[in-house]
Amino acid sequence: MTVTDLSPPQTAEAGDLADRLTALESRVAQLEATQPEDKVAIVVFSGELDRVLASFVIATGAAALGQEVSMFFTFWGLSVLKKQSKLAGKSLFEKMMAVMSPASSTELPVSKMNYFGVGAKMLRRMMRDKNVSSLEEMMEMSREMGVKLLACEMSRDVMGIGEDELIDGLEPAGVASFLGESLRSRTNLFI
Amino acid sequence: MSETTFDQELDARGLNCPMPLVKARKQIGDLAPGQVLKIVATDRGSIKDFQGWTKIAANVELVAQETGSEDEREIYLHFIRKVS
Repeated sequence: MTVTDLSPPQTAEAGDLADRLTALESRVAQLEATQPEDKVAIVVFSGELDRVLASFVIATGAAALGQEVSMFFTFWGLSVLKKQSKLAGKSLFEKMMAVMSPASSTELPVSKMNYFGVGAKMLRRMMRDKNVSSLEEMMEMSREMGVKLLACEMSRDVMGIGEDELIDGLEPAGVASFLGESLRSRTNLFI
Repeated sequence: MSETTFDQELDARGLNCPMPLVKARKQIGDLAPGQVLKIVATDRGSIKDFQGWTKIAANVELVAQETGSEDEREIYLHFIRKVS
């Protein structure tokens, strides 16, 4: 019986192979470092009840599935995070903006068939009848589950929304903090 | 009606998406590894939801799913084992 020598041949080829293995290992490490993680990043641009509901259903669902969820609220989406509207200390345009925007999540319109708020009230009623959690309950639930809520500083500033008009416990955010999350997220949504 | 054994039960009757999943996720935290949570739901979407959850999350596995009826409505039973 012949015994086949399975040990690596001690030749110049072996050295070459070792080099290639090292190069391959560092390449794998590089790729691993840029792999997306179990994260979901959602931009909530809309301030419309139906769209915002969809984003919170996805956010709470994803959190339940063990994903780390970040929600970035910008422009009209900031209305979702408002707890009150203040006029004091605002410019004329900022006051107009404040008067014409919802003062809290409970005043959000629907994107279709709103009819001056009747549509939104109807949708909320229909959801309650079907035992679907309200937007406010979902917001509370998402926070309990560790969903990060971030408010875009730039749009908050442009629209003249004071920090004291927003609910507590939000993190201020800019485009870089969003991208920091979104680049490492498996799922990115703009709603 | 079911013969699958379980350690804890969650009543998710009447709850709609995403609540059965959210509540199950919360309660599975109270279980020890190896234990099984039984979920009773009336939401038809919960069948796929629990399949999806157990496929995505590494710490849970789907033991069984059953459909039954109760008070003239369909109920869906899900048995989820906490793996780690």
